[in-house]
Amino acid sequence: MKEASNAPAITDKAVLRSKIIRAFVLIFLCLLSLLPFYLMFVNSTRASNDIKAGISFMFGSQLQENLANFASKQVGLGVTVLQSMLNSFTVALPATLLSVYFSALTAYGIHVYNFKLKHFAWGFILAVMMVPTQVFAIGFYKFMIQLDLIDTYWPLIIPAITTPAVVFFMRQYLRGSLPLEIIEAARIDGSGEFHTFNTIVIPMMKPAIATQAIFQFVASWNNLFMPSLIINSSNKKTLTMFVQMLTAESFKTDYGIVFVGLAITILPMFLMYFLLSKYIVAGVALGGVKE
Amino acid sequence: MNGKNPKKLKSNNYGKYGYFFILPFLIVYLLFSLWPLLSTFYYSFFEYITRNLKTTISWTGLNNYINILGLGGDKAYFLKYLGNTLRIWIFNFIPQVLLALLIAAWLTDSRVRMKRGGLYKVMVYMPNIITAASISLLFYALLSKFGPIISTLKDWGWLAADADIMTSKWGTSLTLSFILFWMWYGNSTLLLIAGMLGINPSLYEAADIDGANGFNKFFHVTLPLLKPVLLYVLITSIIGGLQLYDIPALFNTSTGGGLLGLPDDTSTTAAMYIMRLHSSDTGRAAAVSVLLFIITLIISLVFFRLFRDSDEYKQAKKGRRGKKSALTSGKGGAQA
Repeated sequence: MKEASNAPAITDKAVLRSKIIRAFVLIFLCLLSLLPFYLMFVNSTRASNDIKAGISFMFGSQLQENLANFASKQVGLGVTVLQSMLNSFTVALPATLLSVYFSALTAYGIHVYNFKLKHFAWGFILAVMMVPTQVFAIGFYKFMIQLDLIDTYWPLIIPAITTPAVVFFMRQYLRGSLPLEIIEAARIDGSGEFHTFNTIVIPMMKPAIATQAIFQFVASWNNLFMPSLIINSSNKKTLTMFVQMLTAESFKTDYGIVFVGLAITILPMFLMYFLLSKYIVAGVALGGVKE
Repeated sequence: MNGKNPKKLKSNNYGKYGYFFILPFLIVYLLFSLWPLLSTFYYSFFEYITRNLKTTISWTGLNNYINILGLGGDKAYFLKYLGNTLRIWIFNFIPQVLLALLIAAWLTDSRVRMKRGGLYKVMVYMPNIITAASISLLFYALLSKFGPIISTLKDWGWLAADADIMTSKWGTSLTLSFILFWMWYGNSTLLLIAGMLGINPSLYEAADIDGANGFNKFFHVTLPLLKPVLLYVLITSIIGGLQLYDIPALFNTSTGGGLLGLPDDTSTTAAMYIMRLHSSDTGRAAAVSVLLFIITLIISLVFFRLFRDSDEYKQAKKGRRGKKSALTSGKGGAQA
């Protein structure tokens, strides 16, 4: 009771004090988020021996040497970092487009139409939302061998058609923002069902599609497990597989090379994040879809 | 659940179009997920022996399971790697959820309003988007025996001259936990903020009138109403944690290949075990997958049970609106 009676009488001074403490902690956490990346960029401009001697917050002058060393060393890997980025892009772009289009299609089908298996289908999608890839990876790998699709990008692209979590998100969005009168009106105008979906509904779903597209692209771009399972040829390796090759002993001897290599692999996502952070952060809060 | 209009549509007999719209999803799911899942079960009962590039396959019953569980004379690799995985996960999750609760409470506090809340959110979430593989190697390069951070700590006398995280079981394990924590607490924070913003402000006003202080309000109003979001964070985290692959696979592994988590196999996770065996010992890898699936299933079922209980509770409280908002709040507390 005593405690409680104190509560409303909070002074401005106490508010200011907690404000300062909180700001201090939050700024510390922001710096903690940035620090490893900052050290990475700094170290990519320093010589290996300087790096081994300790941390520095000042940029060095070895960037060009490190880049040159990195360029000559990556020759032995059978794929360049830029080629691996292009490979990742070749996978991530179609996977993203398929994922958002077919998820919107599925969500629309369940949301708008009344059919016998509607509730069963929705329950099924909710149930499989939690099934992780790893638990069927072996069967998937064997199946891809049977279909002769090993070492192609198809096994990394086609399954994007089924992303249950995106379907879930899209349906939530449709529930809140699709007036069914519009579909009725389109029917009266003689529009076919798929035509209505492609020309009227898809444009209305743009915000949801854009948000989910960002997350799906990131998920596909960052994926390591599936590409490791499917891709064998060096020149087809994705960016994450390229990073894995950087862990080899021959790279670990020159830290300048490792850091400059890492900086190159991280840069695209880094730039994308700061360009799109507004949408990404809002998307997470809406039930952002991971993995 | 779907408003009143679908009834009107039904009379026009458009219902069958629903099948056409969901057909691509179902076909691809059956082929590329469900069939592989069933065949993984099937493969787990066979033994694969490769000699001279020829693989012989023979029925072996439950032997793969017996072997990976250590009941057949072999080492209990599955249990060992599951233990490694859970050890890494738990030391990431506990600090992660505590810090996320604190930051979320701070950023939604109406009494002490923080400026630039948006910027904080952007910054703490950032590590979650960056390629995990690169982050893992980055931490390795910074913290290995000759890494700049370790060298500097030694110069300051904070670390013994022969200290090396990479040869210490707990050093490696806790560093992996830290990387996960650092990557994911921002995500949990954003989900919890969304959950907290969804709590009816009048409840806090009522608590104020009753003379509750900040702590009382947090423990008696915020936490109980946050239960669905917290459960969602917990479940997605543990299911993701069981699959843990990228970070340990690139952090401190044997350079000779074979995906061995150093030191002494103590940072190898279950998913790394699957990857290690996938082409050489398919049957055993399949058995590992099946056991992971069963564990995931049990966790999910427990979750849905708990979730359903809180769902019913909400429905009872909110009446008709309950069902809808409980679903959204389960999916990250979005009150769209």
